[in-house]
Amino acid sequence: MKYLDEYRDSRIARALAAEIELATTQSWVLMEICGGQTHTIMRYGIDELLPRGIELVHGPGCPVCVTPLETVDKAIALALRPDVIMVSYGDMLRVPGSHSDLLRAKAQGADVRIAYSPTEAVKIARANPDRKVVFLAIGFETTAPANAMAAWQARREGLTNFSLLVSHVLVPPAIRALMASSSNRVQGFIAPGHVCTVMGCREYEALVSDFQIPIVVGGFEPVDILESVSMLVRQLETRGARLENQYVRSVNLQGNVPAQAIMVEVFHIADQKWRGIGPIPSSGLRLRDEYAAYDADRVFDLGEMTVDEPAECISAQVLQGLKKPTDCAAFGMRCTPENPLGAPMVSSEGACAAYYHYRRHAVAK
Amino acid sequence: MSTKMRVEIAQEIAPEIKVRLSCPAPLPARDTVLLGHGSGGKLSAELLRDIFLPAFQNPALSRLDDQAIVNVNGQRLAITTDSFVVKPLFFPGGDIGSLAVHGTVNDLAMGGATPLFLSAAFIIEEGFSMDDLRRVTNSLRLAAATAGVPVVTGDTKVVEKGKGDGLFITTTGIGLVLDGVDLSADRARPGDKVLLSGSIGDHGIAILAQREGLEFETRIVSDSSALHTLVARMLGSDGTRGIRCMRDPTRGGVSSTLNEIAERSQVGIELEESSLPVHEEVRGACELLGLDPLYVANEGKLIAIVAPGAAAAVLQAMRSHPLGNEAVIIGTVNNENANLVTMRTPLGTSRVVDMLAGDQLPRIC
Repeated sequence: MKYLDEYRDSRIARALAAEIELATTQSWVLMEICGGQTHTIMRYGIDELLPRGIELVHGPGCPVCVTPLETVDKAIALALRPDVIMVSYGDMLRVPGSHSDLLRAKAQGADVRIAYSPTEAVKIARANPDRKVVFLAIGFETTAPANAMAAWQARREGLTNFSLLVSHVLVPPAIRALMASSSNRVQGFIAPGHVCTVMGCREYEALVSDFQIPIVVGGFEPVDILESVSMLVRQLETRGARLENQYVRSVNLQGNVPAQAIMVEVFHIADQKWRGIGPIPSSGLRLRDEYAAYDADRVFDLGEMTVDEPAECISAQVLQGLKKPTDCAAFGMRCTPENPLGAPMVSSEGACAAYYHYRRHAVAK
Repeated sequence: MSTKMRVEIAQEIAPEIKVRLSCPAPLPARDTVLLGHGSGGKLSAELLRDIFLPAFQNPALSRLDDQAIVNVNGQRLAITTDSFVVKPLFFPGGDIGSLAVHGTVNDLAMGGATPLFLSAAFIIEEGFSMDDLRRVTNSLRLAAATAGVPVVTGDTKVVEKGKGDGLFITTTGIGLVLDGVDLSADRARPGDKVLLSGSIGDHGIAILAQREGLEFETRIVSDSSALHTLVARMLGSDGTRGIRCMRDPTRGGVSSTLNEIAERSQVGIELEESSLPVHEEVRGACELLGLDPLYVANEGKLIAIVAPGAAAAVLQAMRSHPLGNEAVIIGTVNNENANLVTMRTPLGTSRVVDMLAGDQLPRIC
């Protein structure tokens, strides 16, 4: 397949791995931010190709994993109301809330539907004027423009039965929080290519200069990851701290300007809680007051949710790159994709699920 | 454990960061049936293990093959039954009527049986279009006639509007197992070759492309077809004695089928990723939707586990048949990693090919 196969080419991948091996003279800890990148690393065994000194730790960039438990509980509570149709991206359905998940709610009679795009949810609202359609609007900067567009479209059409349950997160504040933490081990970041396709990569320049850390905006195929690692290692070995763009076929400095414009029109930046990490200042998006009528948090009286939390799940440390999924005593035993303790075991982009699905044999050995 | 104590433990684990572990409590044991219980994955296996097998325990059932084989007056009779709940009822390459014939004929054929007779039971929802019923019935008739397997008995039930989803069909088939043929999922041995009759994922993607909310333009056509003549050709080849097991990888896809065989035979299976035949359009759709073709359903493909010495002859026989002309060897049975299916990636690394918990859920971005 064009634009794909060349980025999975084994000869190019091996040549890059050899290049990295040659350039590496000491140990480096690198973090890939995006869950999609984690997935590729595990699926293709990229870490097996790297020299011993290079440790890849996995970042908080799985949108499903960092959606707060309260949001999942709210979505379930709303879905169970007979007047509501809950529409969601597919992989949110199995994420455990405090006592249930959306798939179970569906089994209990809730009208839960999967959509690929929030505009599908607007279509459902149009077709069901007597029901209240709620879209579970989660994700990073990648899904924000489409979610914003859905609210914008609903408002323009004057729909009164459509709202968004918003839990949006932003990457640069999360990197800032990780770097500011006293326990940070990360020495270089692979920034998420898809987020930067939307936002451009200007925002990352400040992180590079504030923390003197190299950042490479990377793609999602094996060759992309290896090339990003190679660029980071070359910088680290020469004491460099620059912003570089590996994903040039998709990312430029300014990003997708119309997409950013619709985000600004509909959302404002707000403090946001990240599941497993906690609150990070100015790291999320909320609907502007002009869009209050489309904000499920304001349309429905959801009250305060109290969430139930077990101690065994170590996703907090996993999402910050402090621990590997396999460091968890519950991994593969009490925590599996069938019975997940935490969200990283659910989503295909979750680090724990990626290890479980692709690397169990290596762990067993 | 109190929430307070949990938080304290959490802080003990990661004292350096102010993190509140926000992971959910393990969900209670399953008290309702979920859609995933019908996915052909681990949840389906759980249902069999916990509910159905203990209830009906007998030697024919406990083989857990696609068909039961019983002795009647010295003849080995194969029996199988299958319910069809496909949505949409009509799809490119077939409809629920032809599928109901092919599915049951194939389940008989996988046991090395010559299909003889079919029954068909229709559960029809009140208000269902008579034209559609005629269309389905005609298609079922045509498929049965083409396969040379008459429908000799049947049943009709009509349920109230809202109590069924248009039309469900159950077919049962009986056939005779050829002399000297003994196929079962517990017969795979280290060194055996894994043969696949053609490209994977066509049926699942053809159906998905038609689903509400996911419509995308594609020329992908379901591979729905009756495989008994292909099986007859294989069993008539010089390699016939080396054929250990045959399965049609329907729901749950190639991955679920191979995981079942690995478990039943207590062996490992290693696939070669680059040898997997996937049509370009199916690959594209899977990339776009975040699905893995290994988990997508097929309705006209078979997998055969064949002794190494017989593999070439069986492969040649498959390729001489129109339904097997793209047949390939996709992997080898091994005695490492018992119970585990692994795959050699194009980069030369190895990963696990897991059985999914439930349905494959489209991912967010």
